[in-house]
Amino acid sequence: MAGKDLEKGSEAEGFEHEFESGLAVIPPDKIKDPGLEPHRVRMTDKFPKKAKNAEVQVAALFMVSVVGSFFALWAYVAFPITEDLSTVRANNLFLGLGMTLSLLGIGIGAVHWAKTLMPDFEVTEARHQTRGSEEVRARAVEIVKLADSESGFSRRKLIRRTLYGALALFPLPALIVFGDLGPPVGNTLRQTMWKAGTRLTKDPTGIPIKASDVTLGSVFHVIPEGLSELKEHKLEEKAKAAVLLVRLNQLDLKEDPEKTGWSYDGIVAYSKICTHVGCPVALYEQHTHHLLCPCHQSTFDVTEHCKVVFGPAARPLPQLPISVDAEGYLIAQSDFLEPVGPSFWER
Amino acid sequence: MKNRFFRSRRKPLAASLVIAAGLLFSGGGYAVATNVVTTTAATEYTAEQISEGRKLFLANCASCHGLNAEGTAAGPSMIGVGAASVDFQVGTGRMPGQASGPQLPKKKVQFTDEQILLMAAYVASLAPGPAIPEDKYLEATGDATHGGELFRINCAMCHNAVGAAGALTEGRWAPNLDGVEAKHVYEAMLTGPQNMPVFNDANITPEDKQDIITYLAYIEENPSAGGFELGSLGPVAEGLFIWIFGLGLIIAITVWLGAKSN
Repeated sequence: MAGKDLEKGSEAEGFEHEFESGLAVIPPDKIKDPGLEPHRVRMTDKFPKKAKNAEVQVAALFMVSVVGSFFALWAYVAFPITEDLSTVRANNLFLGLGMTLSLLGIGIGAVHWAKTLMPDFEVTEARHQTRGSEEVRARAVEIVKLADSESGFSRRKLIRRTLYGALALFPLPALIVFGDLGPPVGNTLRQTMWKAGTRLTKDPTGIPIKASDVTLGSVFHVIPEGLSELKEHKLEEKAKAAVLLVRLNQLDLKEDPEKTGWSYDGIVAYSKICTHVGCPVALYEQHTHHLLCPCHQSTFDVTEHCKVVFGPAARPLPQLPISVDAEGYLIAQSDFLEPVGPSFWER
Repeated sequence: MKNRFFRSRRKPLAASLVIAAGLLFSGGGYAVATNVVTTTAATEYTAEQISEGRKLFLANCASCHGLNAEGTAAGPSMIGVGAASVDFQVGTGRMPGQASGPQLPKKKVQFTDEQILLMAAYVASLAPGPAIPEDKYLEATGDATHGGELFRINCAMCHNAVGAAGALTEGRWAPNLDGVEAKHVYEAMLTGPQNMPVFNDANITPEDKQDIITYLAYIEENPSAGGFELGSLGPVAEGLFIWIFGLGLIIAITVWLGAKSN
């Protein structure tokens, strides 16, 4: 369309301004078109000896391919994959090397052949306009009109309207079916397996943890009791409920007055799922009390409710309120009070 | 390094007793002891060993750790750190430290095995603490599969899945575990040297620690089946390699394809 509005400078004037109907002013090229490079006669065209050499080179490259194929076949037999995993290494290496040679030999040989021995002449082809010629365009309109009059599409209103209706409705079943793919998300992003009284157990054994087991400076990787026995969605549940348990000197803890009851004798439990994009945050430094996420280096301060001290995470790690039961095992007071993991729209 | 941990241990014990009393009063609580690490009675070492160890301590360690191992501003208290700590720190050459920095590096060991044992005896005599592990847990005869699982859960986030080391914050790092003696691996888990957290016997039992040692021995003996590991450092090393050599090769071939024959 813009092409229509373009006021072309005449060809004879050479590099004149071209104005578009818009605001853009297209300045003339500062650098003159150097035109085509002068044609260089190849060595292989000048000297028959060079051509002969090139022929031998191409043949040699094809022979490399032949050797590569045989080598690959030999390597497959000579380095079998056995029970021992380390045999995979030699097998893959030599088989791959042979196949690489066999393919590259053909490819490089063919290109070398084309570049050195096949006819060497240059062709210039002008670029055509995208727009068709007036005749072609008129003919196209003619064809459409003919089809319309023969099918009676404009004339037979009943057929036309029912066809519109059918076309409008046919995607509906697909929309309904796609809409029902999988169960609705519901509240699953806000809830985890933790509830009041769930024991904190060791990952992966599921052995419950006594408060007295958690010595100063210790780190426990924790899953909720019963996770290992789940028949379905075990990994999904683990991905939400994974917790890191740390015991700090109580004097080091700087607790929010509203959350003082959430720890037990210096033992604190935090979600292991980074609030940035959900990597497991578990690089705990015993003396700085920093928790580092290995993916993007978000750093959380365990002494201050895991507030973010560095990196792209926007929110502190959610804290799991904990307590002990009558037998001295650590239990959760409730589920997390906020959704774990990365932010999402409705949070 | 360890001073905050140990120097202040007695205070939280008192605090925990107060809290425990409160919990008992409310009917739902349970008293908690803050320490269940493996301990050695000082009597395992002779009085002569202890006094010889004290001499070595005074000559080599006391300037930072205090004349009575009570700790100074330059170094933490040694009371209660146990023989395992001394054996690890001195046995890997980390102690005596050369210069202060984000982390004390592993270096040439400065003492003989016997001298290390004497110093360990002296430190163990000060207060109960983690002992040097028994030899039966140090043989790589455990379950490497279970050890691998425990390693991936408890260790791999810092040390890398095959123990190839990893970066921490502000210049600290989790060292490479290749070639580290089984004894030192065990002691590191038990004592939590420098910024490494403690993995006591309640968390990872001695048998589990042996499985982890077995896993580390297995990956040392068996090279990666996938070929050239590039240091097993993962996406950074691999990405750099493919960006430079893979893309370089593709660009070279493209240039050759477009170039005219001479």
